[in-house]
Amino acid sequence: MKAAKGKVFKYGDNVDTDVIIPARYLNSSDPAELAQHCMEDIDKGFIDKVQKGDIIVATKNFGCGSSREHAPIAIKAAGVSCVIAETFARIFYRNAINIGLPIVECPEAAAAIDAGDEVEVDFDSGVITDVTKGTTYQGQAFPEFMQKIIAAEGLVNYINTTQSHADLG
Amino acid sequence: MGMTMTQKILAAHAGLDQVEAGQLIEADLDLVLGNDITSPVAIKEMEKMKVDGVFNKDKIALVPDHFVPNKDIKSAEHCKCVREFAKKNEITNYFEVGQMGIEHALLPEQGLTVAGDVIIGADSHTCTYGALGAFSTGVGSTDMAAGMATGKAWFKVPSAIRFNLTGKPSEWVSGKDVILHIIGMIGVDGALYKSMEFTGDGIANLTMDDRFTIANMAIEAGGKNGIFPVDELAISYMKEHGTRAYKIYEADADAVYDEEYTIDLSTLRPTVAFPHLPENTKTIDEIKEDIAVDQVVIGSCTNGRLDDLRIAAKVLNGRHVAEGMRCIVIPATQKIYLQAMEEGLLKTFIEAGAIVSTPTCGPCLGGYMGILAEGERCVSTTNRNFVGRMGHVNSEIYLASPAVAAASAVTGKISCPCQLT
Repeated sequence: MKAAKGKVFKYGDNVDTDVIIPARYLNSSDPAELAQHCMEDIDKGFIDKVQKGDIIVATKNFGCGSSREHAPIAIKAAGVSCVIAETFARIFYRNAINIGLPIVECPEAAAAIDAGDEVEVDFDSGVITDVTKGTTYQGQAFPEFMQKIIAAEGLVNYINTTQSHADLG
Repeated sequence: MGMTMTQKILAAHAGLDQVEAGQLIEADLDLVLGNDITSPVAIKEMEKMKVDGVFNKDKIALVPDHFVPNKDIKSAEHCKCVREFAKKNEITNYFEVGQMGIEHALLPEQGLTVAGDVIIGADSHTCTYGALGAFSTGVGSTDMAAGMATGKAWFKVPSAIRFNLTGKPSEWVSGKDVILHIIGMIGVDGALYKSMEFTGDGIANLTMDDRFTIANMAIEAGGKNGIFPVDELAISYMKEHGTRAYKIYEADADAVYDEEYTIDLSTLRPTVAFPHLPENTKTIDEIKEDIAVDQVVIGSCTNGRLDDLRIAAKVLNGRHVAEGMRCIVIPATQKIYLQAMEEGLLKTFIEAGAIVSTPTCGPCLGGYMGILAEGERCVSTTNRNFVGRMGHVNSEIYLASPAVAAASAVTGKISCPCQLT
């Protein structure tokens, strides 16, 4: 899998799906339209500042709350290449994998990386490099089964190639 | 090694004798659920799959309930998409306006969720059906699409936390207070990736509606599912509401739990979650200051059932909401609405100065039917008090039981019925 590289947007604990994409915009399911309101209630200028490839870093329980897949869809469509967090809420975790948004759990990186740092993530090794600080961290590697879904860029493509989820690795 | 109740249900649906925490499995699904927000995304994803229709037209439930009756043109287009998909695929359990209700109140009432089931739903509060002894969990739209197409889903087998409930709740303490107390104790990620398994002789003192409320908010502690043992009350509920065969699973005596808590229900007090997290709880006795309230919402998949309305009506009977108070009551299903009408509860609400709405999730997620302006406060029987959840980012939501919500509507500040004169 390819690596991600970009500038960091940093957030705290319990970033919920209501601030990632407020429900008042859920009358749309168009990724580009959802991206326009991504992070609006926690970081109003986010969509104007974010560049393609940028990385979100947050502490614990990122993506808690609703099951709306619109949340990882909005983040991906905003151009974000990876989300690093201490922990993710479980539905968000599944959704991100299923739509092919790379996410990495790494408490050390989540604590140490600051907003604006230039960060690189190697998805094969799980190694996170803070280029600005010159530090590296070992993120948690995905089980093989999830790596296959991510490599297929989502569950739909994966199912189309295997006709089931049965290859659980 | 012994298995938890959840692990036993998952093992049976994966065709395995034994599973353990952390194991990846593929399980057969008894029901796949979606609503008007999540289904259109799932339908779009399913169209990309190389499949010929749904796996079983009787095992899919489509419930437009979030922005229904349509709040705007875009919502109407979403509902149209779901309606056309249901028609094309001859989905048995599609619920149009007139039959629909809030999904997690509606499906158990329709007998579509029973003990022993494995259920996924593209709505985070799908965990509600654990009240009946089912394994049910929220997923996203792509999982819903895969579930509709294949009848299967992948799961990482969860470990569990056991909550041993003892004693009997005192007057004005209900399921909402129990779950808010638990979330306050373990935090919004206290059960992350885990099952919340409720046991103990205190469960006999909880009504089915209490149990639905408790299981419903397992997700608010990060839980994968919440689950109750199947007792006589649960069995009579299932028999009353449907004909599907249920299967009772019990945790092994030597099942392993990550943590265990014992909670004496008789010691719990009416509990309120302050902005902006469900874990920010205070008992009514710990609230020393007057907190003025602009709006009260009584409803949702958490607290829009008949017991909830009965309690609210008991508080509001012969009283009137405070001057300037907007009190919005939302029966969760048409059946509950009708029962509330026959029991005279709706008359009580209207005479007290509240409004009564058709079933909708509307205000809970800031969709419509009670959006908050900047600086406004709402006491709500819903499930989340995140920033901006019900409207302006500078509005505030206080989560509480129907009893506290109704009393707060009367006084115009956060109150317990025990404080009313």
